[in-house]
Amino acid sequence: MESIILFAPLLGSLIAGFGWKLTGIRGAKWISTGLLFLACAFSWIVFFTHGPETQHIEIARWISSGSLDTSWSIRLDRLTSIMLIVVTTVSALVHLYSFGYMAHDENFREGEESYQPRFFAYLSFFTFAMLMLVTSDNLVQMFFGWEGVGVASYLLIGFYYRKPSANAAAMKAFVVNRIGDFGFALGIFALFFLVDSIKLDDIFAASPDLAETQLTFLWREWNAAEVVAVLLFVGAMGKSAQLILHTWLPDAMEGPTPVSALIHAATMVTAGVFLVCRMSPIMEFAPNATAFVTFLGAATAFFAATVGLVQNDIKRVIAYSTCSQLGYMFVAAGVGVYSVAMFHLFTHAFFKAMLFLGAGSVIHGMHHEQDMRNYGGLRKKMPYTFWAMLIGTLAITGVGIPLTGWIGFAGFASKDAVIESAYVGSQGGFAFWALVVAALFTSFYSWRLMFLTFWGKPRGDKHTHEHAHESPNVMLVPLGVLALGAVFAGAIWYGSFFGKTNEVVKFFGGKYGEPTQELVEAVAERSPKASELHYVMESAPGEAAIYIAPENTVLHEAHYVPTWVKLSPFVAMLIGLGVAYWFYIVNPALPRQLAEQQRPLYLFLLNKWYFDEIYDFLFVQPAKALGRLLWKRGDRDVIDGSINGVAMGIVPFFTRLAGRAQSGYIFTYAFAMVIGIAIFITWMTISGGAQ
Amino acid sequence: MSNLLSIVTFLPALAAVILALFLRGGDEAANRNAKWLALIATTATFVISLFILFQFDPSDTGFQMVEDREWLLGLKYKMGVDGISVLFVMLTTFMMPLTIAASWEVKTRVKEYMIAFLVLETLMLGVFMALDLVLFYLFFEAGLIPMFLIIGIWGGKERIYASFKFFLYTFLGSVLMLVAMVAMYSEAGTTDIEQLLTHNFASETFSVLGIQVIGGMQTMLFIAFFASFAVKMPMWPVHTWLPDAHVQAPTAGSVVLAAILLKMGGYGFLRFSLPMFPVGSDVMANFVFTLSVVAIIYTSLVALAQEDMKKLIAYSSVAHMGYVTMGIFAANQQGIDGAIFQMISHGFISGALFLCVGVIYDRMHTREIDAYGGLVNRMPAYATIFMLFTMANVGLPGTSGFIGEFLTLMGIFQVNTWVAAGATTGVILSAAYALWLYRRVVMGDLIKESLKSITDMTRREKAIFAPLVIMTIWMGVYPAPILDRIGPSVEALVEHVDMAVAAADLSPETQVAEAAAADE
Repeated sequence: MESIILFAPLLGSLIAGFGWKLTGIRGAKWISTGLLFLACAFSWIVFFTHGPETQHIEIARWISSGSLDTSWSIRLDRLTSIMLIVVTTVSALVHLYSFGYMAHDENFREGEESYQPRFFAYLSFFTFAMLMLVTSDNLVQMFFGWEGVGVASYLLIGFYYRKPSANAAAMKAFVVNRIGDFGFALGIFALFFLVDSIKLDDIFAASPDLAETQLTFLWREWNAAEVVAVLLFVGAMGKSAQLILHTWLPDAMEGPTPVSALIHAATMVTAGVFLVCRMSPIMEFAPNATAFVTFLGAATAFFAATVGLVQNDIKRVIAYSTCSQLGYMFVAAGVGVYSVAMFHLFTHAFFKAMLFLGAGSVIHGMHHEQDMRNYGGLRKKMPYTFWAMLIGTLAITGVGIPLTGWIGFAGFASKDAVIESAYVGSQGGFAFWALVVAALFTSFYSWRLMFLTFWGKPRGDKHTHEHAHESPNVMLVPLGVLALGAVFAGAIWYGSFFGKTNEVVKFFGGKYGEPTQELVEAVAERSPKASELHYVMESAPGEAAIYIAPENTVLHEAHYVPTWVKLSPFVAMLIGLGVAYWFYIVNPALPRQLAEQQRPLYLFLLNKWYFDEIYDFLFVQPAKALGRLLWKRGDRDVIDGSINGVAMGIVPFFTRLAGRAQSGYIFTYAFAMVIGIAIFITWMTISGGAQ
Repeated sequence: MSNLLSIVTFLPALAAVILALFLRGGDEAANRNAKWLALIATTATFVISLFILFQFDPSDTGFQMVEDREWLLGLKYKMGVDGISVLFVMLTTFMMPLTIAASWEVKTRVKEYMIAFLVLETLMLGVFMALDLVLFYLFFEAGLIPMFLIIGIWGGKERIYASFKFFLYTFLGSVLMLVAMVAMYSEAGTTDIEQLLTHNFASETFSVLGIQVIGGMQTMLFIAFFASFAVKMPMWPVHTWLPDAHVQAPTAGSVVLAAILLKMGGYGFLRFSLPMFPVGSDVMANFVFTLSVVAIIYTSLVALAQEDMKKLIAYSSVAHMGYVTMGIFAANQQGIDGAIFQMISHGFISGALFLCVGVIYDRMHTREIDAYGGLVNRMPAYATIFMLFTMANVGLPGTSGFIGEFLTLMGIFQVNTWVAAGATTGVILSAAYALWLYRRVVMGDLIKESLKSITDMTRREKAIFAPLVIMTIWMGVYPAPILDRIGPSVEALVEHVDMAVAAADLSPETQVAEAAAADE
């Protein structure tokens, strides 16, 4: 069954991509979509029937070289099964949604160009690669999936191949991701060097030793676990668009909107979070590396939220919001609460995919207009889309009943869990405050999006507004299904991801046991309210899907943070909502005035802190200039000029001779060479023989 | 069949002789016959060479199917294959029918063209099978001539300059090798490669003109061989002949050059430098690593700036060969396995990329990148195939390009993390130049008037690519059969090198003591 989940999308991709002439365009679409629903159904069955224990399924041999032995294989544990349902559910719904969204695309000549099977083939191929990533039992296969989703993303961002901006964005996404892969690959090499295996089980088993090992990497010796953790995280930064390597994600919105929902919101970009959680046995032994993860996650959450405040393109707002939410997940992972990182990944997949698909529905209904300044008053024209987007907004801004923990929309449960964990993990420091402020901004820009789009008077092209229409059912049904997830996913699985330590440990397939007396005392001293520490994880690294070191009690303590901490995200949400309401409903002229007044700040945010410009100046242009310099000066002048200076003297001489030689004499020269070689050999044998 | 290797080696030459002697006239019919005979001969060679693959016993680390006869002037004719060479033989026989098929549109001097390629195949196969120093040298040097002619006669506008540059570079490089071979013969008293492999060449430090030569004789010999093989590879900074040769060569010439001829350098390192002069290799390893990393970064950057498609791919080849040299002298299982795998895989991928250029060159008669754009609009099949090989070129997992690159990097990481980190940046740069090329040629709207009527690939062209597509994906997804054949021989090689290096004891303290003793 697991193999069917894995290979059904590949089969669908091949049929849609290469067999559509046989099956017809409709057939290709239905087959690929049907196979994905099959994979989705099986994934849910696996999620509910397969217990928490780890299972290995070997498929075939792959790379074996000396002690390196890799195979194509499936690792099935709780992390995998969570990712399976996330990936296949969103993917199946996006396939269905694409029936409507891709039906008439003005970027292609209708009837002449078969863009639809190609689109479905790419979507299915992406799903296959993503499943390879999440099911892999070793790091090299994970790298296969990792790069595979990168290619699928490249192909889908550049789907409108006539648009130069789409082509540029596709290439940028691939190259920036490769910078991350550079770190990931070095991490794999380092692990192989240290552990002599790239199988996850072997690596996890060796992780306590890694913490004691020194590794010479570049200019000095480092703690092996720290180096490996940082290198792997560099990979995660690229894939999950964290600060420094985030620039590709907003540009990736050039792709069709279903792609943005599937790849750039729900699944691929969360692969980095998955990687960090998957490697939790290493992370737990690398305190400095995880501190870095926390810092960078918090910084990204804050940075992306600030940029999201002023963007006008509806998809870009959601893209920055994704970037920001990924930062939340990394903070949770960084402070050692991997289950909460997965929790937010899980709920975020539903509400963010829905927001994107909702935005797609708006764009579809508005004839591919993406600028929110030209929307307004669409509530009446698109009632279902409006309700879906409203649910999504309530979920992402974290609406719920404060202090209950779990009674609320999905984002309420998971985001508050992240913020509470961050408070404990950072001792109320930077990470916590960055996330609270980001929550305020999130609420502001999400409501700004809603108010600009669905409230107020229609703005922009009158004709477009007159023809604005609700999307077909095939697009609305996926929205409805995702809405269920956005409402209930948090409440249902709250206990499993962010319950008592023993609940969480059990959910992820570990054994729990009594804490030592010292640990209980240490916790009591740190946070007196959390003194009743009953359980800690007892499993060795790798025995459960995630590893929580016994002394890591953040998960426990996060439940006992001060009340004001628990209320802070809720208050931040209310402030954001209030300000947005005042700016865009009560006093719509205000935002413009503010932008005029604070022009430098506005431009700074609008231009995304000028990251693209700085990178272009620092890296892209110098690389091109250096390439030209090395070519013209290095190759032509220095090497051709000096090293073969002698030869260059000879060549013109020969060329003059050869001018005449063309008329058939060239064979004579060839003959002369043979003679020359013969003389060499004769001389060699004679002189050799003489000794 | 006790002389299977000879049959495979000389079958193409036999066909060349038949062409030369019996085919008369230059009309349409004669040209067609020449093409068909060449295609049949190379295909037959491939089919027969499959027997070599089937007979080959992977668990045997020594030479197999050995033929050993007396020859002229007391020289020996000795041929054989082992795990290191057998796949190069297969690569050669596999690629040759495809290059002949890719030359179907050649119009001038068709008979001579086919003869040149057939002779070239024999000589290349000889290089990979020869087990005698003189025989190897003969094949190795003579292989230059047909290639020289292919560039010089059927090449582009500046073919004369390119062909002489090609010839002089490679030829001057091998003069030193010849001297080294004489020296080897005088020390070991044999030209038999099998015996030379077990001979311990002197590695005691001595000084020449007051300069300490650590590793002594072995280091000197290593350098001499290095001069020849480094040019062939080609390694930075003696790579500049390659872009010129590629640009001027006809498509099939570029394919053979990139797919097979470049591999002779790497094969030479594995057959001679590393096993015969392990101490010399160890002494010089850091030097080779430096050149390799410089090659990877330097040529990748240069590739970014290219305006000619063939030049870009040529520079990319130099970068990919950087991984090979790095992997070989990492001298561990992953490094060498990866290097061999990379060479085989690069044979398919670079060959295919040059064929891709050939497809549109045949239609538009220009290799200028700016002359293209938006080809996907009219050539979807071409766009798909070009995409596949672009991705294989950047080492995407699931294609053969990944495995070689990954293994060599894994091998080098165990030896030197600086080199590993430097070389891994090639992963980023290769994506940049390869996708930049693809974007400019294939993507975008089709605006240029001249391209409006361009046609997609013909059935013949698709048939040429099909085997390459299959090999690239199959080797990427299921490389086990290949690695199983390479593995045991490489394991024996690594063991041999490790023992020799350990015995020589190159630790600084010993060196100082030895130097002091030598001075007294």
